[in-house]
Amino acid sequence: MRIPCPYCGERDLSEFVYYGDPVPRPDPTAADAPRRFYEAMYLRDNPAGPHEELWYHANGCRGWLRVSRDTRTHDVLGASFAGK
Amino acid sequence: MRYSLFALARQALRGNRDWRPVWRDAEPRSSYDIVIVGGGGHGLATAYYLAKQHGVRNVAVIEKGWIGSGNAGRNTTIIRSNYLLPGNEPFYEWSMKLWEGLEQDLNYNAMVSQRGVLNVYHSDAQRDAFGRRGNAMRLAGADAEMLDADAVRRMLPFLDFDNARFPIKGGLLQRRGGTARHDAVVWGYARGASDRGVDIIQNCEVTGFLRDGDRVIGVNTTRGTIRCGKVGLAVAGSSSRVAGLLGLRLPIESHLLQAFVSEAIKPLIPCVVTFGAGHFYVSQSDKGGLVFGGDIDGYNSYAQRGNLPVVEDVCEGGMALMPAIGRLRLLRSWAGLVDMSMDGSPIIDRTPIDGLYLNAGWCYGGFKATPASGWCFAHLLARDQHDPVADAYRLDRFETGYLIDEKGQGAQPNLH
Repeated sequence: MRIPCPYCGERDLSEFVYYGDPVPRPDPTAADAPRRFYEAMYLRDNPAGPHEELWYHANGCRGWLRVSRDTRTHDVLGASFAGK
Repeated sequence: MRYSLFALARQALRGNRDWRPVWRDAEPRSSYDIVIVGGGGHGLATAYYLAKQHGVRNVAVIEKGWIGSGNAGRNTTIIRSNYLLPGNEPFYEWSMKLWEGLEQDLNYNAMVSQRGVLNVYHSDAQRDAFGRRGNAMRLAGADAEMLDADAVRRMLPFLDFDNARFPIKGGLLQRRGGTARHDAVVWGYARGASDRGVDIIQNCEVTGFLRDGDRVIGVNTTRGTIRCGKVGLAVAGSSSRVAGLLGLRLPIESHLLQAFVSEAIKPLIPCVVTFGAGHFYVSQSDKGGLVFGGDIDGYNSYAQRGNLPVVEDVCEGGMALMPAIGRLRLLRSWAGLVDMSMDGSPIIDRTPIDGLYLNAGWCYGGFKATPASGWCFAHLLARDQHDPVADAYRLDRFETGYLIDEKGQGAQPNLH
């Protein structure tokens, strides 16, 4: 598996660290904040098919990437910097 | 047919013409008391104990492929009960006790071999941590022995004891641990369940659920609709997909765990050995191949095949533990689809949907749990109560905070 880093180009899987679903931090002032944090922390869609996920290019540019990847085939469908 | 020396001799004299299939390949009926989704070890063990312990025989096990075709056929066959936490150790020790009586109970040769499981340690701190775990095991009624380096050397003289970076200082040994024949476990439970009236239905994939308000009252399958009183899910890596048919999100990610087998050699490794400075474990099958593995690949996947970085990592672990392994050729490697829970421990519980019960989150340790998982899930399905040894395996523990995080890694499945 190779991941096309927008900065470094297509690089080997071994350069990256997986960080899972890109779940935004819930609003801590919301009335149901405990529930929202529980869902953000623990519950996952875990789809068989296209999946949005975060990868850290630890042995490269050290950028955080948002990668779209098919979990059935490992085909990488796209990658962009996570902050944008 | 009951297996015995007498039956074997009689078949031999008759030219082995009278052997029969060991279980019935059933056609689905229109309704059952309980439908278990997933014909792996856990699903079949559940059906067996439902029929045997609770007298619930109007049961179907439905399987999308053939029984034992998922992780039951992809694991490294290790059985052990060397856990630390009070939520885990009594459960795994009960599983170990069931393994010890399994073949007599099933009248089926599951090739349970209590050859021992040895975790080697490489530093004073690791010795202390292993000592603590050994004490926790003994408190729960399991066996555990601390070995010094000389004792390990007598068992396994070929390990790299004087490695400059990770010298072997000793090990934590569970003599009652070992291996079992994975396929025979599946077939033995299938036979025991089928003999007691359970229908085992293959090539029958769940495509949806029948609901009556908030309650599940049946399943739609590729072989028609089956109505039932309760549904039990035991589908491992497919848990999120099947629960997703009901809109239920689970604290589970599906990951890959690779396993490897070398060419066959003469008997070398007398037990199961694990490396303490990386993640590598190895045993030798009765055919002579070394069976080994290590970490999960670490990203969500349903592909049932892994990637090369983990192959390299596992082989490096093997070389660090026993350099002689470098002379062997790798025969095969494959991957299983493991249901990684967010704290690394399993779930045997009701769900928020009436009539739907969940057995999932086995991470990469489902095989050793097979007997107790079936025992406890059957107890829950039959009596609507948790068996005491599985009392901590609640689905809501992630919300209430009663996590069972054996490694203390936090909610990140690829670190468990």
